[in-house]
Amino acid sequence: MKIMHCPLNGPRNISEFTYGGEVEAHPDPHRCSLAEWTDFVLLENNTRGVVREWWFHAPTAFWFIAERDTVTDEIVRTYPATELFSARMDFPPPPAGDGGKDEP
Amino acid sequence: MPFGLLKYGLSRTYPAKRHFAPAGALKPSYDVVIIGGGGHGLAIAYYLAKYHGVTNVAVIEKGYIGGGNTGRNTAIIRSNYLTPEGVRFYDESVRLFQQLSQELDYNILYSERGHFTLAHTDAALRTMRWRAEVNKHLGVESELVLRDELAKMVPQLDLSEDVRYPILGALYHAPGAIARHDAVAWGYGGAASRLGVDIHQQTTVTGIVAEGGRLTGVVTDRGAIKCGKAVQAVAGDSSVLAAMAGFKLPIRTIPLQACVSQPLKPFLDAIVVSGSLHVYVSQSSRGELVMGGATDPYPLYSTRSSLEFKEGLIAHVLELFPFLAEVKLLRQWAGMADMTPDFSPVMGLTPLENYYVDAGWGTWGFKATPVVGKRMAELIATGEAPDLIAPFRLSRFEEFRLVGEKGAASVGH
Ligand SMILES: Cc1cc2nc3c(=O)[nH]c(=O)nc-3n(C[C@H](O)[C@H](O)[C@H](O)COP(=O)(O)OP(=O)(O)OC[C@H]3O[C@@H](n4cnc5c(N)ncnc54)[C@H](O)[C@@H]3O)c2cc1C
Repeated sequence: MKIMHCPLNGPRNISEFTYGGEVEAHPDPHRCSLAEWTDFVLLENNTRGVVREWWFHAPTAFWFIAERDTVTDEIVRTYPATELFSARMDFPPPPAGDGGKDEP
Repeated sequence: MPFGLLKYGLSRTYPAKRHFAPAGALKPSYDVVIIGGGGHGLAIAYYLAKYHGVTNVAVIEKGYIGGGNTGRNTAIIRSNYLTPEGVRFYDESVRLFQQLSQELDYNILYSERGHFTLAHTDAALRTMRWRAEVNKHLGVESELVLRDELAKMVPQLDLSEDVRYPILGALYHAPGAIARHDAVAWGYGGAASRLGVDIHQQTTVTGIVAEGGRLTGVVTDRGAIKCGKAVQAVAGDSSVLAAMAGFKLPIRTIPLQACVSQPLKPFLDAIVVSGSLHVYVSQSSRGELVMGGATDPYPLYSTRSSLEFKEGLIAHVLELFPFLAEVKLLRQWAGMADMTPDFSPVMGLTPLENYYVDAGWGTWGFKATPVVGKRMAELIATGEAPDLIAPFRLSRFEEFRLVGEKGAASVGH
Protein backbone atom coordinates (compact mmCIF):
# COMPACT_ATOMS: atom_id res chain seq x y z
CA MET A 1 0.00 0.00 0.00
CA LYS A 2 1.28 3.44 -0.87
CA ILE A 3 1.67 5.75 2.13
CA MET A 4 0.81 9.43 2.20
CA HIS A 5 1.84 11.73 5.00
CA CYS A 6 -1.20 13.61 6.28
CA PRO A 7 -0.24 16.91 7.96
CA LEU A 8 -2.88 16.20 10.63
CA ASN A 9 -2.69 12.42 11.09
CA GLY A 10 0.79 11.40 10.01
CA PRO A 11 1.52 8.53 7.61
CA ARG A 12 -1.65 6.75 6.41
CA ASN A 13 -2.60 4.38 3.58
CA ILE A 14 -3.32 6.30 0.38
CA SER A 15 -6.72 4.62 0.19
CA GLU A 16 -7.84 6.85 3.09
CA PHE A 17 -7.40 9.94 0.93
CA THR A 18 -9.38 11.49 -1.89
CA TYR A 19 -7.79 13.51 -4.68
CA GLY A 20 -9.23 17.01 -5.02
CA GLY A 21 -7.64 18.48 -8.15
CA GLU A 22 -4.81 20.92 -8.82
CA VAL A 23 -4.55 24.06 -6.71
CA GLU A 24 -5.77 26.92 -8.91
CA ALA A 25 -6.70 30.55 -8.33
CA HIS A 26 -10.44 30.81 -7.71
CA PRO A 27 -11.99 33.48 -9.96
CA ASP A 28 -14.71 35.73 -8.60
CA PRO A 29 -17.83 33.91 -9.88
CA HIS A 30 -19.83 37.12 -10.26
CA ARG A 31 -17.21 39.10 -12.13
CA CYS A 32 -15.17 36.68 -14.22
CA SER A 33 -15.85 35.97 -17.89
CA LEU A 34 -17.53 32.79 -19.07
CA ALA A 35 -14.19 31.62 -20.47
CA GLU A 36 -12.49 32.08 -17.08
CA TRP A 37 -15.32 30.24 -15.33
CA THR A 38 -15.21 27.35 -17.84
CA ASP A 39 -11.49 27.14 -17.35
CA PHE A 40 -11.85 27.01 -13.57
CA VAL A 41 -14.73 24.53 -13.47
CA LEU A 42 -14.02 22.19 -16.39
CA LEU A 43 -10.63 22.63 -18.04
CA GLU A 44 -7.55 21.01 -16.54
CA ASN A 45 -3.84 21.73 -16.65
CA ASN A 46 -3.33 17.99 -16.25
CA THR A 47 0.30 18.79 -15.49
CA ARG A 48 3.01 16.30 -16.30
CA GLY A 49 5.56 16.70 -13.49
CA VAL A 50 5.52 18.12 -9.98
CA VAL A 51 2.22 19.80 -9.18
CA ARG A 52 0.38 21.25 -6.18
CA GLU A 53 -2.83 19.39 -5.44
CA TRP A 54 -5.70 19.38 -2.98
CA TRP A 55 -6.06 16.14 -1.02
CA PHE A 56 -8.66 15.14 1.55
CA HIS A 57 -8.20 12.74 4.45
CA ALA A 58 -11.67 11.21 4.46
CA PRO A 59 -11.84 9.71 7.99
CA THR A 60 -11.02 13.07 9.59
CA ALA A 61 -12.52 15.35 6.90
CA PHE A 62 -9.24 17.27 6.59
CA TRP A 63 -8.25 19.11 3.39
CA PHE A 64 -4.58 19.82 2.79
CA ILE A 65 -2.06 20.35 -0.01
CA ALA A 66 0.38 17.87 -1.50
CA GLU A 67 3.18 18.41 -3.99
CA ARG A 68 3.32 15.31 -6.10
CA ASP A 69 5.19 14.24 -9.23
CA THR A 70 2.51 13.00 -11.65
CA VAL A 71 5.08 10.99 -13.63
CA THR A 72 6.90 9.11 -10.84
CA ASP A 73 4.02 9.27 -8.30
CA GLU A 74 6.49 10.52 -5.71
CA ILE A 75 4.86 12.63 -3.01
CA VAL A 76 7.37 15.42 -2.55
CA ARG A 77 5.74 17.27 0.37
CA THR A 78 2.40 17.64 2.14
CA TYR A 79 1.34 20.63 4.26
CA PRO A 80 -1.73 22.33 5.69
CA ALA A 81 -3.58 24.71 3.35
CA THR A 82 -2.81 27.58 5.74
CA GLU A 83 0.69 27.63 4.25
CA LEU A 84 -0.81 29.00 1.01
CA PHE A 85 -4.02 30.64 2.19
CA SER A 86 -3.92 33.01 5.13
CA ALA A 87 -7.58 34.04 5.08
CA ARG A 88 -10.97 32.66 4.18
CA MET A 89 -11.82 33.23 0.52
CA ASP A 90 -14.90 35.45 0.26
CA PHE A 91 -16.24 37.15 -2.83
CA PRO A 92 -18.24 40.35 -2.77
CA PRO A 93 -21.94 39.95 -3.61
CA PRO A 94 -22.96 40.20 -7.29
CA PRO A 95 -23.04 43.76 -8.66
CA ALA A 96 -26.50 45.35 -8.42
CA GLY A 97 -28.60 44.93 -11.53
CA ASP A 98 -26.52 41.98 -12.72
CA GLY A 99 -29.15 39.61 -14.02
CA GLY A 100 -26.56 36.89 -14.08
CA LYS A 101 -25.92 37.41 -17.78
CA ASP A 102 -22.69 35.51 -17.66
CA GLU A 103 -23.83 32.86 -15.26
CA PRO A 104 -23.59 29.41 -16.75
CA MET B 1 -0.39 -27.24 -42.97
CA PRO B 2 1.69 -29.06 -40.33
CA PHE B 3 4.50 -29.26 -42.91
CA GLY B 4 4.28 -25.53 -43.55
CA LEU B 5 4.43 -24.93 -39.84
CA LEU B 6 7.51 -27.14 -39.51
CA LYS B 7 9.24 -25.32 -42.36
CA TYR B 8 8.34 -22.02 -40.73
CA GLY B 9 9.67 -23.17 -37.40
CA LEU B 10 12.98 -24.41 -38.80
CA SER B 11 13.66 -21.57 -41.18
CA ARG B 12 16.65 -19.41 -40.31
CA THR B 13 15.37 -16.20 -41.76
CA TYR B 14 12.16 -15.04 -40.14
CA PRO B 15 9.63 -15.62 -42.90
CA ALA B 16 6.76 -13.61 -41.47
CA LYS B 17 5.24 -11.10 -43.85
CA ARG B 18 5.74 -7.48 -42.87
CA HIS B 19 2.56 -5.53 -42.27
CA PHE B 20 3.98 -2.39 -43.77
CA ALA B 21 7.21 -1.08 -45.18
CA PRO B 22 9.42 0.94 -42.83
CA ALA B 23 8.75 4.57 -43.71
CA GLY B 24 12.38 5.72 -43.94
CA ALA B 25 13.19 9.43 -43.77
CA LEU B 26 10.62 12.06 -42.81
CA LYS B 27 9.45 14.05 -45.81
CA PRO B 28 9.81 17.82 -45.38
CA SER B 29 6.09 18.29 -45.81
CA TYR B 30 2.81 16.39 -45.69
CA ASP B 31 -0.79 17.35 -46.40
CA VAL B 32 -1.88 15.83 -43.10
CA VAL B 33 0.16 14.82 -40.06
CA ILE B 34 -1.52 12.45 -37.61
CA ILE B 35 0.03 12.55 -34.14
CA GLY B 36 -0.30 9.18 -32.39
CA GLY B 37 -0.17 5.75 -34.01
CA GLY B 38 -2.81 4.05 -31.93
CA GLY B 39 -5.94 2.55 -33.45
CA HIS B 40 -7.51 5.99 -33.75
CA GLY B 41 -4.61 7.65 -35.58
CA LEU B 42 -4.15 4.72 -37.94
CA ALA B 43 -7.88 4.50 -38.67
CA ILE B 44 -8.00 8.22 -39.48
CA ALA B 45 -5.08 7.68 -41.89
CA TYR B 46 -6.83 4.73 -43.53
CA TYR B 47 -10.17 6.48 -44.14
CA LEU B 48 -8.40 9.64 -45.37
CA ALA B 49 -6.41 7.64 -47.91
CA LYS B 50 -9.12 5.21 -48.95
CA TYR B 51 -12.24 7.40 -49.07
CA HIS B 52 -10.96 10.96 -49.47
CA GLY B 53 -7.96 10.42 -51.74
CA VAL B 54 -5.64 12.12 -49.22
CA THR B 55 -2.52 9.96 -49.29
CA ASN B 56 0.28 12.42 -48.56
CA VAL B 57 -0.17 11.62 -44.89
CA ALA B 58 2.23 10.82 -42.05
CA VAL B 59 1.38 9.02 -38.84
CA ILE B 60 3.91 10.01 -36.15
CA GLU B 61 4.17 7.54 -33.29
CA LYS B 62 6.59 7.97 -30.40
CA GLY B 63 6.74 4.26 -29.57
CA TYR B 64 5.44 1.45 -31.75
CA ILE B 65 2.01 1.31 -33.35
CA GLY B 66 -0.74 0.06 -31.08
CA GLY B 67 1.60 0.18 -28.07
CA GLY B 68 -0.58 2.68 -26.20
CA ASN B 69 -4.09 2.08 -24.95
CA THR B 70 -4.97 0.31 -28.21
CA GLY B 71 -2.83 -2.64 -27.15
CA ARG B 72 -3.82 -2.43 -23.48
CA ASN B 73 -7.59 -2.43 -23.47
CA THR B 74 -9.98 -5.23 -22.66
CA ALA B 75 -11.43 -5.01 -26.18
CA ILE B 76 -15.12 -4.76 -25.34
CA ILE B 77 -17.26 -3.46 -28.21
CA ARG B 78 -20.88 -2.40 -27.64
CA SER B 79 -23.35 0.39 -28.30
CA ASN B 80 -25.87 0.16 -25.41
CA TYR B 81 -25.07 3.61 -24.07
CA LEU B 82 -27.41 6.00 -22.31
CA THR B 83 -27.44 9.27 -24.25
CA PRO B 84 -28.98 9.32 -27.77
CA GLU B 85 -25.81 11.06 -29.03
CA GLY B 86 -23.68 8.26 -27.63
CA VAL B 87 -25.92 5.42 -28.79
CA ARG B 88 -26.04 6.65 -32.41
CA PHE B 89 -22.31 7.20 -32.51
CA TYR B 90 -21.27 3.86 -31.01
CA ASP B 91 -23.89 2.03 -33.07
CA GLU B 92 -22.18 3.13 -36.28
CA SER B 93 -18.90 1.91 -34.82
CA VAL B 94 -20.31 -1.54 -34.00
CA ARG B 95 -21.63 -1.83 -37.56
CA LEU B 96 -18.24 -0.87 -38.98
CA PHE B 97 -16.54 -3.34 -36.63
CA GLN B 98 -18.81 -6.18 -37.81
CA GLN B 99 -17.46 -5.68 -41.36
CA LEU B 100 -13.92 -4.69 -40.45
CA SER B 101 -12.14 -7.97 -41.21
CA GLN B 102 -13.54 -7.82 -44.77
CA GLU B 103 -12.89 -4.09 -45.13
CA LEU B 104 -9.22 -4.51 -44.20
CA ASP B 105 -8.78 -8.04 -45.55
CA TYR B 106 -7.29 -8.85 -42.18
CA ASN B 107 -8.76 -11.05 -39.48
CA ILE B 108 -9.39 -9.00 -36.35
CA LEU B 109 -10.94 -12.03 -34.58
CA TYR B 110 -14.25 -10.24 -34.10
CA SER B 111 -16.31 -12.37 -31.76
CA GLU B 112 -19.92 -11.59 -30.83
CA ARG B 113 -20.56 -12.78 -27.30
CA GLY B 114 -23.51 -10.98 -25.79
CA HIS B 115 -22.84 -8.36 -23.13
CA PHE B 116 -24.46 -8.45 -19.68
CA THR B 117 -24.37 -5.44 -17.35
CA LEU B 118 -25.44 -6.72 -13.94
CA ALA B 119 -27.81 -4.86 -11.66
CA HIS B 120 -27.47 -5.38 -7.90
CA THR B 121 -29.96 -2.74 -6.74
CA ASP B 122 -33.42 -1.49 -7.67
CA ALA B 123 -31.88 1.82 -8.71
CA ALA B 124 -29.54 0.03 -11.11
CA LEU B 125 -32.44 -2.00 -12.54
CA ARG B 126 -34.29 1.23 -13.21
CA THR B 127 -31.29 2.67 -15.07
CA MET B 128 -31.02 -0.57 -17.10
CA ARG B 129 -34.68 -0.22 -18.13
CA TRP B 130 -34.05 3.35 -19.15
CA ARG B 131 -30.99 2.37 -21.19
CA ALA B 132 -32.86 -0.51 -22.83
CA GLU B 133 -35.66 1.84 -23.92
CA VAL B 134 -33.27 4.48 -25.30
CA ASN B 135 -31.36 1.73 -27.12
CA LYS B 136 -34.42 0.07 -28.64
CA HIS B 137 -35.79 3.43 -29.73
CA LEU B 138 -32.58 3.97 -31.71
CA GLY B 139 -32.58 0.48 -33.18
CA VAL B 140 -29.99 -1.11 -30.89
CA GLU B 141 -30.69 -4.61 -29.55
CA SER B 142 -30.91 -4.22 -25.80
CA GLU B 143 -33.22 -5.63 -23.16
CA LEU B 144 -33.58 -6.20 -19.46
CA VAL B 145 -33.34 -9.79 -18.24
CA LEU B 146 -34.26 -10.85 -14.73
CA ARG B 147 -32.67 -13.54 -12.56
CA ASP B 148 -34.51 -16.59 -13.95
CA GLU B 149 -33.55 -15.79 -17.51
CA LEU B 150 -30.05 -14.74 -16.52
CA ALA B 151 -29.55 -18.11 -14.81
CA LYS B 152 -30.17 -19.82 -18.16
CA MET B 153 -28.12 -17.40 -20.23
CA VAL B 154 -25.06 -17.14 -17.95
CA PRO B 155 -25.18 -20.26 -15.76
CA GLN B 156 -21.60 -19.64 -14.58
CA LEU B 157 -22.70 -16.70 -12.42
CA ASP B 158 -23.28 -17.09 -8.70
CA LEU B 159 -26.89 -15.94 -8.43
CA SER B 160 -27.36 -16.93 -4.81
CA GLU B 161 -28.72 -14.37 -2.38
CA ASP B 162 -26.30 -14.95 0.46
CA VAL B 163 -23.58 -12.78 -1.05
CA ARG B 164 -22.64 -9.20 -0.35
CA TYR B 165 -24.33 -7.83 -3.50
CA PRO B 166 -26.95 -10.26 -4.84
CA ILE B 167 -27.67 -9.98 -8.57
CA LEU B 168 -31.20 -8.85 -9.46
CA GLY B 169 -30.99 -8.82 -13.25
CA ALA B 170 -28.97 -7.51 -16.16
CA LEU B 171 -29.06 -5.34 -19.24
CA TYR B 172 -28.51 -7.76 -22.11
CA HIS B 173 -26.93 -6.49 -25.34
CA ALA B 174 -26.74 -9.32 -27.87
CA PRO B 175 -24.28 -7.62 -30.31
CA GLY B 176 -21.71 -7.04 -27.52
CA ALA B 177 -18.38 -8.32 -28.82
CA ILE B 178 -14.65 -8.55 -28.33
CA ALA B 179 -11.88 -8.44 -30.94
CA ARG B 180 -8.12 -8.76 -31.11
CA HIS B 181 -7.08 -5.19 -30.33
CA ASP B 182 -3.55 -5.41 -31.80
CA ALA B 183 -5.02 -6.69 -35.06
CA VAL B 184 -7.16 -3.57 -35.31
CA ALA B 185 -4.02 -1.39 -35.19
CA TRP B 186 -2.09 -3.69 -37.57
CA GLY B 187 -5.02 -4.00 -39.97
CA TYR B 188 -5.60 -0.25 -40.25
CA GLY B 189 -1.84 0.47 -40.29
CA GLY B 190 -1.13 -2.10 -43.00
CA ALA B 191 -4.00 -0.98 -45.19
CA ALA B 192 -3.09 2.71 -44.78
CA SER B 193 0.52 2.00 -45.61
CA ARG B 194 -0.45 0.14 -48.80
CA LEU B 195 -2.42 3.23 -49.83
CA GLY B 196 0.70 5.38 -49.48
CA VAL B 197 0.58 6.64 -45.88
CA ASP B 198 3.97 6.94 -44.12
CA ILE B 199 4.04 5.46 -40.64
CA HIS B 200 6.97 6.84 -38.65
CA GLN B 201 7.47 4.91 -35.44
CA GLN B 202 9.86 5.92 -32.66
CA THR B 203 9.32 9.55 -33.58
CA THR B 204 7.98 11.98 -30.98
CA VAL B 205 6.15 15.22 -31.71
CA THR B 206 7.76 17.86 -29.51
CA GLY B 207 6.14 21.05 -30.78
CA ILE B 208 3.34 22.52 -32.87
CA VAL B 209 4.14 25.41 -35.19
CA ALA B 210 1.54 28.07 -35.94
CA GLU B 211 1.43 31.43 -37.65
CA GLY B 212 -1.36 33.90 -37.01
CA GLY B 213 -3.59 31.33 -35.30
CA ARG B 214 -3.10 28.85 -38.09
CA LEU B 215 -1.18 25.58 -38.06
CA THR B 216 1.85 25.39 -40.36
CA GLY B 217 3.78 22.38 -39.13
CA VAL B 218 4.96 20.13 -36.33
CA VAL B 219 8.37 19.63 -34.77
CA THR B 220 9.60 16.11 -34.00
CA ASP B 221 12.72 14.72 -32.39
CA ARG B 222 13.78 13.79 -35.95
CA GLY B 223 13.24 17.24 -37.42
CA ALA B 224 10.50 19.66 -38.41
CA ILE B 225 7.70 18.88 -40.86
CA LYS B 226 5.47 21.36 -42.65
CA CYS B 227 1.85 20.35 -42.98
CA GLY B 228 -1.49 21.69 -44.08
CA LYS B 229 -3.44 20.01 -41.34
CA ALA B 230 -2.73 17.97 -38.24
CA VAL B 231 -4.75 15.95 -35.79
CA GLN B 232 -3.78 14.70 -32.34
CA ALA B 233 -4.92 11.24 -31.24
CA VAL B 234 -2.63 10.58 -28.29
CA ALA B 235 -4.95 9.36 -25.49
CA GLY B 236 -3.18 9.86 -22.12
CA ASP B 237 -0.89 12.54 -23.58
CA SER B 238 -3.78 14.64 -24.95
CA SER B 239 -3.23 17.58 -22.57
CA VAL B 240 0.49 17.65 -23.36
CA LEU B 241 -0.14 17.98 -27.11
CA ALA B 242 -2.99 20.47 -26.59
CA ALA B 243 -0.64 22.64 -24.49
CA MET B 244 1.84 22.62 -27.40
CA ALA B 245 -0.98 23.81 -29.65
CA GLY B 246 -1.96 26.48 -27.14
CA PHE B 247 -5.24 25.31 -25.63
CA LYS B 248 -6.54 23.40 -22.61
CA LEU B 249 -8.72 20.31 -22.48
CA PRO B 250 -11.20 19.15 -19.84
CA ILE B 251 -9.12 16.01 -19.34
CA ARG B 252 -7.33 14.26 -16.50
CA THR B 253 -4.88 11.46 -17.25
CA ILE B 254 -5.70 8.56 -14.93
CA PRO B 255 -4.32 5.03 -15.12
CA LEU B 256 -6.68 2.18 -15.91
CA GLN B 257 -5.43 -1.29 -15.08
CA ALA B 258 -6.36 -4.75 -16.30
CA CYS B 259 -5.12 -8.32 -15.98
CA VAL B 260 -5.48 -11.80 -17.49
CA SER B 261 -5.59 -15.23 -15.93
CA GLN B 262 -3.80 -18.33 -17.10
CA PRO B 263 -5.56 -19.86 -20.14
CA LEU B 264 -8.51 -22.10 -19.36
CA LYS B 265 -10.73 -24.26 -21.55
CA PRO B 266 -13.54 -22.20 -23.06
CA PHE B 267 -16.31 -21.96 -20.47
CA LEU B 268 -17.53 -18.36 -20.56
CA ASP B 269 -19.11 -17.07 -23.73
CA ALA B 270 -20.72 -13.93 -22.32
CA ILE B 271 -19.04 -10.65 -21.47
CA VAL B 272 -20.03 -9.94 -17.85
CA VAL B 273 -19.88 -6.46 -16.38
CA SER B 274 -20.87 -5.12 -13.00
CA GLY B 275 -20.89 -1.37 -12.53
CA SER B 276 -21.51 -1.59 -8.79
CA LEU B 277 -18.69 -4.05 -8.25
CA HIS B 278 -16.36 -2.36 -10.77
CA VAL B 279 -15.63 -5.57 -12.63
CA TYR B 280 -15.69 -6.76 -16.17
CA VAL B 281 -14.77 -10.23 -17.34
CA SER B 282 -14.63 -12.01 -20.67
CA GLN B 283 -12.77 -15.05 -21.94
CA SER B 284 -10.43 -14.41 -24.85
CA SER B 285 -10.01 -16.73 -27.82
CA ARG B 286 -6.78 -17.90 -26.14
CA GLY B 287 -8.78 -18.97 -23.09
CA GLU B 288 -7.48 -16.29 -20.75
CA LEU B 289 -9.96 -14.46 -18.57
CA VAL B 290 -9.56 -10.78 -19.37
CA MET B 291 -10.48 -8.70 -16.32
CA GLY B 292 -10.64 -5.02 -15.59
CA GLY B 293 -12.23 -2.61 -13.16
CA ALA B 294 -12.41 1.04 -12.28
CA THR B 295 -9.74 3.65 -12.97
CA ASP B 296 -7.09 4.40 -10.36
CA PRO B 297 -8.14 6.85 -7.64
CA TYR B 298 -5.96 9.78 -8.83
CA PRO B 299 -4.17 11.12 -11.94
CA LEU B 300 -0.81 9.78 -13.03
CA TYR B 301 1.26 9.73 -16.23
CA SER B 302 2.45 6.19 -15.72
CA THR B 303 1.64 2.64 -16.71
CA ARG B 304 2.70 1.02 -13.45
CA SER B 305 0.50 -1.72 -11.97
CA SER B 306 -0.55 -1.88 -8.34
CA LEU B 307 -1.35 -4.57 -5.81
CA GLU B 308 -4.37 -2.60 -4.53
CA PHE B 309 -6.00 -2.86 -7.93
CA LYS B 310 -5.48 -6.60 -8.18
CA GLU B 311 -6.74 -7.29 -4.66
CA GLY B 312 -9.83 -5.14 -5.07
CA LEU B 313 -10.71 -6.50 -8.48
CA ILE B 314 -10.23 -10.16 -7.71
CA ALA B 315 -12.32 -9.97 -4.54
CA HIS B 316 -15.22 -8.87 -6.71
CA VAL B 317 -14.55 -11.33 -9.52
CA LEU B 318 -14.72 -14.13 -6.95
CA GLU B 319 -18.04 -12.83 -5.73
CA LEU B 320 -19.44 -13.39 -9.24
CA PHE B 321 -17.49 -16.59 -10.04
CA PRO B 322 -16.38 -18.20 -6.74
CA PHE B 323 -15.07 -21.31 -8.52
CA LEU B 324 -12.19 -19.27 -10.00
CA ALA B 325 -10.48 -19.03 -6.59
CA GLU B 326 -7.60 -21.34 -7.53
CA VAL B 327 -6.93 -19.82 -10.94
CA LYS B 328 -3.61 -18.02 -11.34
CA LEU B 329 -3.05 -14.57 -12.79
CA LEU B 330 -0.72 -14.39 -15.76
CA ARG B 331 -0.19 -10.70 -16.47
CA GLN B 332 -1.21 -7.30 -15.16
CA TRP B 333 -0.75 -3.93 -16.84
CA ALA B 334 -2.06 -0.39 -17.14
CA GLY B 335 -2.81 2.27 -19.73
CA MET B 336 -3.15 6.04 -19.35
CA ALA B 337 -6.79 6.96 -19.79
CA ASP B 338 -7.76 10.49 -20.87
CA MET B 339 -10.84 11.06 -18.69
CA THR B 340 -13.43 13.77 -19.38
CA PRO B 341 -15.90 15.12 -16.79
CA ASP B 342 -18.95 13.91 -18.78
CA PHE B 343 -17.49 10.54 -19.87
CA SER B 344 -17.90 11.52 -23.53
CA PRO B 345 -15.06 12.11 -26.00
CA VAL B 346 -13.73 15.40 -27.39
CA MET B 347 -13.61 15.43 -31.20
CA GLY B 348 -13.41 18.16 -33.77
CA LEU B 349 -12.09 21.67 -34.28
CA THR B 350 -9.75 23.43 -31.87
CA PRO B 351 -8.91 27.10 -31.27
CA LEU B 352 -5.97 26.57 -33.66
CA GLU B 353 -7.07 26.60 -37.29
CA ASN B 354 -6.36 23.38 -39.25
CA TYR B 355 -5.50 21.54 -36.04
CA TYR B 356 -7.98 18.91 -34.91
CA VAL B 357 -8.43 16.95 -31.72
CA ASP B 358 -9.47 13.37 -31.06
CA ALA B 359 -9.25 12.88 -27.30
CA GLY B 360 -11.15 12.16 -24.13
CA TRP B 361 -11.40 8.48 -24.95
CA GLY B 362 -10.79 7.49 -21.37
CA THR B 363 -11.81 3.93 -20.73
CA TRP B 364 -14.24 3.60 -23.66
CA GLY B 365 -12.43 4.43 -26.92
CA PHE B 366 -11.44 1.07 -28.41
CA LYS B 367 -14.98 0.35 -29.53
CA ALA B 368 -15.03 3.73 -31.28
CA THR B 369 -11.90 3.16 -33.38
CA PRO B 370 -13.64 2.63 -36.77
CA VAL B 371 -16.22 5.40 -36.41
CA VAL B 372 -13.56 7.84 -35.20
CA GLY B 373 -11.41 7.00 -38.21
CA LYS B 374 -14.27 7.42 -40.64
CA ARG B 375 -15.79 10.59 -39.18
CA MET B 376 -12.56 12.37 -38.20
CA ALA B 377 -11.25 11.72 -41.73
CA GLU B 378 -14.43 13.29 -43.08
CA LEU B 379 -13.91 16.30 -40.81
CA ILE B 380 -10.27 16.72 -41.83
CA ALA B 381 -11.02 16.32 -45.54
CA THR B 382 -14.03 18.68 -45.62
CA GLY B 383 -13.29 20.99 -42.68
CA GLU B 384 -16.80 20.42 -41.33
CA ALA B 385 -17.82 18.22 -38.43
CA PRO B 386 -20.25 15.45 -39.45
CA ASP B 387 -23.53 15.45 -37.45
CA LEU B 388 -22.57 12.25 -35.68
CA ILE B 389 -19.58 13.82 -33.94
CA ALA B 390 -20.76 17.43 -33.64
CA PRO B 391 -22.18 16.92 -30.09
CA PHE B 392 -18.68 15.99 -28.90
CA ARG B 393 -17.04 19.30 -29.95
CA LEU B 394 -14.56 20.90 -27.56
CA SER B 395 -16.66 24.09 -27.37
CA ARG B 396 -19.49 22.18 -25.63
CA PHE B 397 -17.73 22.83 -22.33
CA GLU B 398 -17.82 26.58 -22.78
CA GLU B 399 -21.49 26.25 -23.74
CA PHE B 400 -22.08 24.04 -20.69
CA ARG B 401 -23.71 21.49 -23.01
CA LEU B 402 -22.08 18.38 -21.63
CA VAL B 403 -23.07 14.94 -22.93
CA GLY B 404 -23.37 13.07 -19.64
CA GLU B 405 -22.56 9.46 -20.40
CA LYS B 406 -21.88 8.75 -16.73
CA GLY B 407 -24.78 6.37 -16.24
CA ALA B 408 -23.46 4.07 -18.89
CA ALA B 409 -19.74 4.29 -18.39
CA SER B 410 -19.34 4.09 -14.63
CA VAL B 411 -17.58 0.79 -14.83
CA GLY B 412 -14.93 2.24 -17.02
CA HIS B 413 -14.88 0.98 -20.56
C1 LIG C 1 -6.86 -1.23 -19.28
C2 LIG C 1 -7.74 -0.58 -20.31
C3 LIG C 1 -8.94 -1.22 -20.68
C4 LIG C 1 -9.78 -0.64 -21.64
N1 LIG C 1 -10.89 -1.33 -22.04
C5 LIG C 1 -11.65 -0.85 -23.05
C6 LIG C 1 -12.74 -1.62 -23.54
O1 LIG C 1 -13.00 -2.74 -23.08
N2 LIG C 1 -13.50 -1.10 -24.54
C7 LIG C 1 -13.21 0.13 -25.09
O2 LIG C 1 -13.94 0.55 -25.98
N3 LIG C 1 -12.17 0.87 -24.65
C8 LIG C 1 -11.37 0.41 -23.65
N4 LIG C 1 -10.29 1.14 -23.20
C9 LIG C 1 -10.02 2.47 -23.80
C10 LIG C 1 -9.27 2.35 -25.12
O3 LIG C 1 -8.18 1.49 -24.98
C11 LIG C 1 -8.75 3.70 -25.61
O4 LIG C 1 -9.73 4.70 -25.48
C12 LIG C 1 -8.33 3.63 -27.06
O5 LIG C 1 -7.49 2.54 -27.29
C13 LIG C 1 -7.65 4.92 -27.48
O6 LIG C 1 -7.03 4.73 -28.74
P1 LIG C 1 -6.04 5.81 -29.29
O7 LIG C 1 -5.58 5.35 -30.60
O8 LIG C 1 -6.70 7.14 -29.19
O9 LIG C 1 -4.86 5.86 -28.19
P2 LIG C 1 -3.53 4.98 -28.03
O10 LIG C 1 -3.68 3.62 -28.51
O11 LIG C 1 -3.06 5.19 -26.63
O12 LIG C 1 -2.55 5.72 -29.03
C14 LIG C 1 -1.98 6.96 -28.77
C15 LIG C 1 -0.55 6.93 -29.25
O13 LIG C 1 -0.01 8.24 -29.22
C16 LIG C 1 1.37 8.11 -29.00
N5 LIG C 1 1.90 9.41 -28.58
C17 LIG C 1 1.70 10.05 -27.39
N6 LIG C 1 2.36 11.22 -27.38
C18 LIG C 1 2.99 11.34 -28.58
C19 LIG C 1 3.84 12.32 -29.16
N7 LIG C 1 4.19 13.44 -28.50
N8 LIG C 1 4.33 12.10 -30.42
C20 LIG C 1 4.00 10.97 -31.10
N9 LIG C 1 3.21 10.01 -30.58
C21 LIG C 1 2.70 10.19 -29.34
C22 LIG C 1 1.46 7.03 -27.95
O14 LIG C 1 2.73 6.42 -27.95
C23 LIG C 1 0.34 6.07 -28.37
O15 LIG C 1 0.81 4.97 -29.12
C24 LIG C 1 -9.44 0.61 -22.23
C25 LIG C 1 -8.26 1.27 -21.84
C26 LIG C 1 -7.40 0.68 -20.90
C27 LIG C 1 -6.14 1.39 -20.53
